[in-house]
Amino acid sequence: MLECHPRKTACGVQGSERVRSVSDILDAHWREPTRLVQVLRDVQRSHGNWLSPKALTEVAAGLGLPRAQVEGVAGFYAFLHLKPVGRFRVLVSDDATDVFAGSRALLAHLAERLQVAPGHVRRDGQVSLDVTSCTGLCDQPPAVLVNGLAVPRVEGARVDELVACIEAGTPVDAWPAALLRVDDGVRLRGPVLSSMLAPGEALRRALAQPYDAQVRTLTESRLRGRGGAGFPVVTKWATCREAPGSAVVVCNADEGEPGTFKDRALLAGCADLVVEGMTVAARFTRATAGFIYLRGEYEFLAPHLREVLARRRAAGLLGRDVLGERGFDFDVEVHLGAGAYVCGEETALLESLEGRRGVPRHRPPFPVTRGYLGRPTIVNNVETFADVAVVFGHGVEAWRGLGTGASSGSKLLSVSGDVARPGVYEVPWGVTVREVLALAGGADAQAVQVSGASGELVPPREFDRRIAFEDLACAGAVAVFGPQRDLLDVVTNFARFFAHESCGFCTPCRVGTHVAARSLDKLASGRGSDVELAELATLTRLLRDTSHCGLGATAPNAWRHWLEKFPDDVRRRLRDGFTPGFDVEAALEAGGSRGASR
Amino acid sequence: MSRSAFTLDGAEVPFDDGQTLIEAARAARRYVPFLCAHPDYPAHGSCRVCTVLVNGRPMAACTTKAAAGQVVESDTPALTADRRALVQMLFVEGNHFCPGCEKSGGCTLQSLGIELGVTSAGFAHESPVRPVDASHPDLLLDFDRCILCELCVRASADVDGKHVFALSGRGLHKHLIVNAESGRLVDTGMSVDDAAASVCPVGVILKKRVGFSTPIGQRPHDVATPRQQVEGKEGA
Repeated sequence: MLECHPRKTACGVQGSERVRSVSDILDAHWREPTRLVQVLRDVQRSHGNWLSPKALTEVAAGLGLPRAQVEGVAGFYAFLHLKPVGRFRVLVSDDATDVFAGSRALLAHLAERLQVAPGHVRRDGQVSLDVTSCTGLCDQPPAVLVNGLAVPRVEGARVDELVACIEAGTPVDAWPAALLRVDDGVRLRGPVLSSMLAPGEALRRALAQPYDAQVRTLTESRLRGRGGAGFPVVTKWATCREAPGSAVVVCNADEGEPGTFKDRALLAGCADLVVEGMTVAARFTRATAGFIYLRGEYEFLAPHLREVLARRRAAGLLGRDVLGERGFDFDVEVHLGAGAYVCGEETALLESLEGRRGVPRHRPPFPVTRGYLGRPTIVNNVETFADVAVVFGHGVEAWRGLGTGASSGSKLLSVSGDVARPGVYEVPWGVTVREVLALAGGADAQAVQVSGASGELVPPREFDRRIAFEDLACAGAVAVFGPQRDLLDVVTNFARFFAHESCGFCTPCRVGTHVAARSLDKLASGRGSDVELAELATLTRLLRDTSHCGLGATAPNAWRHWLEKFPDDVRRRLRDGFTPGFDVEAALEAGGSRGASR
Repeated sequence: MSRSAFTLDGAEVPFDDGQTLIEAARAARRYVPFLCAHPDYPAHGSCRVCTVLVNGRPMAACTTKAAAGQVVESDTPALTADRRALVQMLFVEGNHFCPGCEKSGGCTLQSLGIELGVTSAGFAHESPVRPVDASHPDLLLDFDRCILCELCVRASADVDGKHVFALSGRGLHKHLIVNAESGRLVDTGMSVDDAAASVCPVGVILKKRVGFSTPIGQRPHDVATPRQQVEGKEGA
């Protein structure tokens, strides 16, 4: 039996404020507790953009869940609100690239134009304003989300247009298409982005191979997961196939690493390849159910993805007896996240998919043996599935001909920041940082952050290093910082990002990321000393060694590369000996002048 | 039948299949510092105080299954320093006024702080504002002291079958909530006899009208600290 019911899926209503009762929404989700995050998204959408205490009680009763559990889930996700927000909820992207492109000035400008302070709701309830983590639009900054939908390049006349739409009360789905249009940003195409495979073509070739041959194809392709860890695809899939139970295929489209947007380009332009790869995976693992876990920031892509799925269903590429093969039943459903970077971690993603707080699980057991609802589950990145389709569609030889020994094939890079041509570049693995800079036009870079906040800050003397699993592993982000930038601003921004995105489960990450961000703030304020350096060194070790999951363990990467590789930059921030963070003289002076003016 | 064993700081510790490191150590009367672990509940693994080195790799002793031949190190200066930092973090993220707290002398966080030599906050205090919930006739909730171990969440759900508690928020804003639209304990089904009412290792869930009734010198951890309880030794 098919477990997904896409024809019944009623979620994904864009921007429209038509009111549906909580009960109708629950029915549309078959009162299924695993759909809690989807239910809460829909209830919020049709009930004034927030989740009232009463609405939570109703949802809990309707799903047969403890109310506190429902409130706990709602309280976890940044895009679910337990307090009223504006009818128009404006969130300005706050990652380093957007900041350097003027997002702070934009925030101040919007605050003035819309007459609402950041973090607040305007008195008439029409609009609220705040900042949000990277929206995946770093190639088109500065970006904002309005009621969940992306508005790129908010500058010049586009600011006026946005303000006018809000003041006119126009529902977001009726805004001018040009305002909401997100470019795919593709600058360089390789075998994936230039693939002309027709829907079903790669799948047919995969189906023509017996299982052993499929194993051989994947083994010989040497394909490794593109989400960052680089686990061999064939090993993951084969382990999943051998585990008892009905398997599940999950596409991790929760790319939240600051500076990453290559999955956005894939989902917008190559969704068929992605779903095709998932279907090959389903055939390989004998899975019947598939999910695309789409980050909340990419809600604008959901209708397109659902269209692609519907078209493939109509063409016999999904659903019952895929491609006429009896018993090959597989369908895919889109699940939306709600603003939580940690859900990119595969076990946190599964928790979210099951309708819970996105807290990473203890491992073992690993998802390949016990994942979604305890079933064997493969979770792979969007790009990995597209690569699978290309490997089966165009053959192993073409794939292996690209890249290096340990890193075969191509890699999509999201290049942003101080470059002439930001965008998505599909390059062979093994490309050097210098070559990427030449492609994108960033010759004068003082540093490049490879693989996002949890990646590595690379100084010019290392620009000949290769982007490959064996040297600079990269999940996709390449953020370039020109000579005019203060790297401490970058580092502090990353540390604050981790503090904001920590799930809060374990002590070192929950408290440590926050303490680190504050230490860096003190350095940036010019009041830092060796005390802060010692504290950051302690935190680096503590988070790496004692964190519950990879988020905490890699969070120190945000600052430790700067401390290690830019010692001159660090040293010029320091004062000698202990320096209090609180400036007594300045405070007294400020107090004195206030007193005098009274 | 001979049992498998691992070594803990050089001493052999036998274990049964499926036991975690901390369970096996406890059964052998060997103490590994802990906070969110409780022998009656499945491992939680959130406080990270029980982090040990397993064959050189840091792992939480409460969630790591014992395996034959593991070389486990717990009592090392580096691990003690890590634990001290973790306990300091727990102190500064809440508001802990040990001298005036009625849980003093029976608080696992306090005892751990004493044992690990926590003599200063180590990090800047967060000083969060967390109002007390005194709505219930028999129980008081002082959220200032919460360490987010979820023992009350687990006890209420798994033992009492009531789901009175849950966690909301995330990161440093993570906090304990109760199962009521009003947000007040009195509107939940909580009873003073619930397992959840007695499970808090710190001083969040307090029974009314019995505070400070045990004289200093006779409080639970005066009689035996958590270490002494595990090791089976009485205090002085």
